[in-house]
Amino acid sequence: MSVISRGFGSKRAAADPRIPPGQYRTEDFPVLSAGPTPHLDTAVWALDITAVDGTRHTLSWQQLMELPDEELTVDIHCVTKWSKLGTHWRGVPVTALLDAAQFDTQDTHYALVHSYGGYSTNFPLEDLLDDKAWVVFEYDGKPLAPHHGGPARLLVPHLYLWKSAKWINGIELRPDDRLGFWESLGYHAYGDPWQEQRYVGD
Amino acid sequence: MELSDLAVDGNAIAGSLAEIFAVDVTSAQVQCDQCGATHPLADEKAYVRGPGSVLRCANCSAVLARFVKARDAIWLDLRGSTAWQIRTRT
Amino acid sequence: MTETHSTSRATEPVASGIPDGGPPVGEPRPGPFPWLTAELRGSWMETRTAKTLLLSVPGWTGHDPGQHVDIKLTAEDGYAAQRSYSIASASAQGWLQLTVETVSNGEVSPYLVETMDPGDKLQLRGPLGGWFRWTERLTEPALLVGGGSGIVPLMAMLRQRIQSGVATPFHLIYMARTPDHLFYANELYTLMQSHAGVTIDQLYSRSGLPDDSRPPGRLNLDDLPTPTAEPSAVAPRVYVCGPTGFVENAARLLQARGHQSDTIRTERFGPSGG
Repeated sequence: MSVISRGFGSKRAAADPRIPPGQYRTEDFPVLSAGPTPHLDTAVWALDITAVDGTRHTLSWQQLMELPDEELTVDIHCVTKWSKLGTHWRGVPVTALLDAAQFDTQDTHYALVHSYGGYSTNFPLEDLLDDKAWVVFEYDGKPLAPHHGGPARLLVPHLYLWKSAKWINGIELRPDDRLGFWESLGYHAYGDPWQEQRYVGD
Repeated sequence: MELSDLAVDGNAIAGSLAEIFAVDVTSAQVQCDQCGATHPLADEKAYVRGPGSVLRCANCSAVLARFVKARDAIWLDLRGSTAWQIRTRT
Repeated sequence: MTETHSTSRATEPVASGIPDGGPPVGEPRPGPFPWLTAELRGSWMETRTAKTLLLSVPGWTGHDPGQHVDIKLTAEDGYAAQRSYSIASASAQGWLQLTVETVSNGEVSPYLVETMDPGDKLQLRGPLGGWFRWTERLTEPALLVGGGSGIVPLMAMLRQRIQSGVATPFHLIYMARTPDHLFYANELYTLMQSHAGVTIDQLYSRSGLPDDSRPPGRLNLDDLPTPTAEPSAVAPRVYVCGPTGFVENAARLLQARGHQSDTIRTERFGPSGG
């Protein structure tokens, strides 16, 4: 039984259609992490895309910069209950990355995304395609800061933000789903904020 | 002190772990699978502001344990640490 | 089975410099640690941004200095946030004090420092932290090294020493940014004047007072006593607390000064409390 602390807590925007259930709007950009911030030099940065048969295509920073990028403004929702509206990024759609790798995605139904430092998070492949996911390298018009996942992170705004893996360094295409860092420890395998899919069984 | 490292120490998860262990485990000696270093849990690095808590080796930063308090359950993963020695009598 | 902690260690960490603090300090209180309701009875500012809260906690049976509590705040709509704070007071039944520094953009500390009024309630559990603890049953001298808000658990130790009436030599080295950042200034001054066994060195890292003999600056070797410098010439138990960077620097310097790693205990607050 909880004891209410008078005056505590930000007021949730009443019935704001842009805020998913159970979320609170913030103007800050909280920094949350599962480990130390890696400091990565773009000269040695690499993104490995591996196909189901094990074939690997490695993208250097230079190659990432040569792919078509776009500006995007999206709302982001963290499972720890804060939502930030209208965030500005620049990045390369994941679709363009996979096209560059020229893999046959026939047996590929899932992807496990990896980060420098060992973090991982899983997706049905279709949730990374078309206009649903990007590898972003700028936030608010400036190079993405290390504590926010720079030099490059995954951004998948239609799912909870733990899925937008900071410090991305790999996309592993898979025929089956393999749970990532938080998904294997009680968090929902899919993570749709609009259905409040925070934990296993939600 | 860089903004970049948000680590606190194992004291920060004493309360959460006490919900499972029913004792205060901050004095437990924890050995890292990766580098072999042993420290009291209180001295290990703890990252507590994300979806869950992560305990990392004070020497090499490898993950020692992970902890999530979900809606109806507590999830605990102790992979990364070799046996914990929790004293019951001194 | 009577293994000591040292036999369960495999390889020594490579140059980690992390002191191991030695064997446990006697039995900590057993769990469980239920959430207790605490009511604010009074509060006062220690500095422009830090406040001491006096909390009445029915069911609280005391603590060992160095220990902390988890605080939980719940909003009317059910949203809750939790943080840990070191206990500032000596052990007492039914009440305790916390000293909280406001963290800008923090979620919990601004509420505690700026919003909470006498009569308001929160939940807390504890006492937690069997490792970073002092009790009056320990007979060695104590060397306390605190940076910034790291003074809080060390102040609890000092207050407990006074309350218990023991004559254990205490040496506190307290590094604050400037005189405006000092917690407990008057009390520390009075304690040193009135208790023969208590020595307090006040250091500043950014700017100090006009007649200070030590110029302001980061902690260095000369600021720290050797293990045999204490009046009794017995190597002290060392407690270091503060932001992570301060603690790591201090621990390194203490070991360079000759303090054995199994006599040093540390508590890191991280870059911010929130």
